[in-house]
Amino acid sequence: MTTEAHAAHAETHGGHHHEMGFIRKYIFSQDHKIIGIQFMLMSLVFILLGGGLALALRWQLAWPGGEYGPEYAKPVPILGKLLWSNTGGSMPKEAFPMFTTMHGTIMIFFVIIPLLVGAFGNFTVPLMIGAKDMAFPLLNMLSFWFALPAGIIMLLSFFQEGGAAAAGWTAYPTLSGPATWRGEPTGLSGGGQSYWLVSLIILGTSSIMGAINYLTTIINMRAPGMGFFRMPLTVWSIFITSILVLFATPVLASALGMLLFDRVGGTSFFLAGPKFPGASGQPLLWQHLFWFYSHPAVYIMILPAMGVVSDVLSTFSRKPIFGYKSMVFAIAGIAGLGYIVWGHHMFQSGMNPLLGTTFMVSTVLIAVPSAIKTFNWLGTLWGGSLHLTTPMLNALAFVSMFTIGGLSGVFMASTTFDIFIHDTYFIVAHLHYVLFGGSLFGIFAGIYYWYPKMFGRMMSERLGKLHFWLTFISYNLVFFPMHIIGLGGHPRRVSSIMEYDLFKPLQHWNVFMTYAALVLGAVQLIFAWNFIASWFLGKKADRNPWHGNTLEWTTPSPAPHGNFEVTPIVHRGPYEYHAPGSGRDGINPQTEPGKGAALAAH
Amino acid sequence: MSFGLPENVATFGEDVDALFYLILVITGIAFFAVQITLVWFVIRYRHREGQPARYTHGSNRIEVIWTIVPALILVVIALMSQKAWAHVRLDFPKDPYVVQLEPAQFQWDIRYPGLDGKFGNDDDYMTVNKLRVPFGRPIVVEMTSKDVLHSFFLPEFRVKQDVLPGMTTKVWFEPVRTGKWEIVCAELCGLGHYRMRGEIHVLPEAEFEKWREDKEAGPPLPKRTPK
Repeated sequence: MTTEAHAAHAETHGGHHHEMGFIRKYIFSQDHKIIGIQFMLMSLVFILLGGGLALALRWQLAWPGGEYGPEYAKPVPILGKLLWSNTGGSMPKEAFPMFTTMHGTIMIFFVIIPLLVGAFGNFTVPLMIGAKDMAFPLLNMLSFWFALPAGIIMLLSFFQEGGAAAAGWTAYPTLSGPATWRGEPTGLSGGGQSYWLVSLIILGTSSIMGAINYLTTIINMRAPGMGFFRMPLTVWSIFITSILVLFATPVLASALGMLLFDRVGGTSFFLAGPKFPGASGQPLLWQHLFWFYSHPAVYIMILPAMGVVSDVLSTFSRKPIFGYKSMVFAIAGIAGLGYIVWGHHMFQSGMNPLLGTTFMVSTVLIAVPSAIKTFNWLGTLWGGSLHLTTPMLNALAFVSMFTIGGLSGVFMASTTFDIFIHDTYFIVAHLHYVLFGGSLFGIFAGIYYWYPKMFGRMMSERLGKLHFWLTFISYNLVFFPMHIIGLGGHPRRVSSIMEYDLFKPLQHWNVFMTYAALVLGAVQLIFAWNFIASWFLGKKADRNPWHGNTLEWTTPSPAPHGNFEVTPIVHRGPYEYHAPGSGRDGINPQTEPGKGAALAAH
Repeated sequence: MSFGLPENVATFGEDVDALFYLILVITGIAFFAVQITLVWFVIRYRHREGQPARYTHGSNRIEVIWTIVPALILVVIALMSQKAWAHVRLDFPKDPYVVQLEPAQFQWDIRYPGLDGKFGNDDDYMTVNKLRVPFGRPIVVEMTSKDVLHSFFLPEFRVKQDVLPGMTTKVWFEPVRTGKWEIVCAELCGLGHYRMRGEIHVLPEAEFEKWREDKEAGPPLPKRTPK
């Protein structure tokens, strides 16, 4: 690969050739690829925990206890013996809020966000823009070493008196308020809630470090020729996500700090009512501050997956992305509108109904850029030459499932119909279609796609496809019925609907979904085995196993420290497959000069 | 098997449900259009040797079309929602029967005005978990929480309103018939949240009046919780 006139720019990395010890290389590493893998491994451990909590919740929902009839008594396997021998092995209903709280918290903050932003962001951004590393390698290392202790603190909260946080992942005050107020016990949350707050403040700091790093790297360290509109959509999505993180996370951090003061410092930002004499705070203020972060956070959890899926769809359709620029503008549009829709979580909260109207309008409008993206993905498939590999199957599932999640959102955007479905299983169905059906299938696509670049070996396609189909089917059997019981009025965060006559006829769905969830959990072991075994036994990967165009495929697999043997020169956009003059299978790498009419295309 | 929305017993319930069916039809069409296209493309354009992919970057005209069409449909949904929303949340009826709700972990305390129709004096009376209202008049429920957030959810009346400490929220509804239904707490309010169940009894006016007279002859109430 010659680089013609730009040869002067091409540097080799002589300065990096000294050998580093194991600790510098793999533990306190400043290499973006290792840090990305660290984030990924941390999140994959947490997903086991979050998934285990989910299965325990499902078990409780299906078999809430013998007091409703003998068929409703089934001790929880494993956990029942370990923790709840005094209740005959079934989960005490009082433990349920803690489990929902920690399931949500772990999945959002320690699985989806670190996987998409921490793992994919770190691993792909420098490789895809042709940089040696991130702009601030030390800061990058610190961002991981803030995230891990945050996770450990979150886990330690389980061992506090009163257990871990139990006020929901949204931690609405005054339920999340202090255990004592002016010397009087309030009967509210124990120490676990404070651990929860401290952990998330530390994690938020880690996120901000990451965001600064991504922005600086993308703005300043693109290879020669890599204009903004030649960047792969994965990089665009991380770029815009970082802007979201940078501007939204400090608001969350402030709110968390204020709530921590309310709990331990005697302040009353969010406390009011007879339980807190003398307090004149405002519980609704928390909801505004929390959702001002947490709604953009929803997009932090989906935009990078959209970027990954766009890359995977283009590569395996052997075709340019349909409407590349409108894809970029749609990401920006979602992010921009994402800042002014937070109130749709608060339609029934006591917020002024006129504000509800404002937020309804902004919320329905955000469906427009989401629709544009979906149509453009379909346009990308149109006329393509589709290779149905494991990453491609997961990316297609993303498009299909995200469509369901997007459409179910319209029901809740309508202030009026939201009255009925707010805080029912309909929202649970919606958020899981976006975060599991969307984000997690996107994550699977990304892991199967970049695994060869990370570890130099291929994951098994046969196991990958088996894992995909079993996951796809059982996933839908778990989550689709949640729409139905939600429309029946089934409230969320309730451990036993057998308390209500109205909901008893829905109970058989709970049993059905729990069986499906057990299958869904079990088939993830196929993925775990494939992931671990391929590390040692997988087929050796060459530089470009998928015949991709983007820069990461020009480096050896796994990519060495410093990434590129010579600084790449970029000659065209990332998706010029099958442009006139392309190579076999339509390949047309960004780095190859003078080939194809596509030079002028962007 | 149990499908669909619970029965509707509120005067505005049909407006709420109509929006559901409207959105269901619109999103249903979009759902089938996208999924069928996706599956069709996957089958139709599966890789075949010697058949290259079409080299195209898209079309601005089609981008404009699929931006404007969904935007228009969505704005119509928003406008139609707004009409019902304003009716449910802003058009409070004249001359309603008013009760006050003061929930605490994990029960619904309900306060009724005495014969003078005013709250806060000695002839108020209370019930726990059983809300009784007369049939034939619109009902207004004013609520404030004694401790944490709760949410007053009457599934069959299409009513849901969070109850907060330190501020008063209110809703109205008008039953279309007498009967008994359940009150659900729809906001996580602590470890006993699952059992925070109440009942609403819509009584014929005469029966309600008789119950009220019996109640007023009963022992006086504990003093109102200071706000």
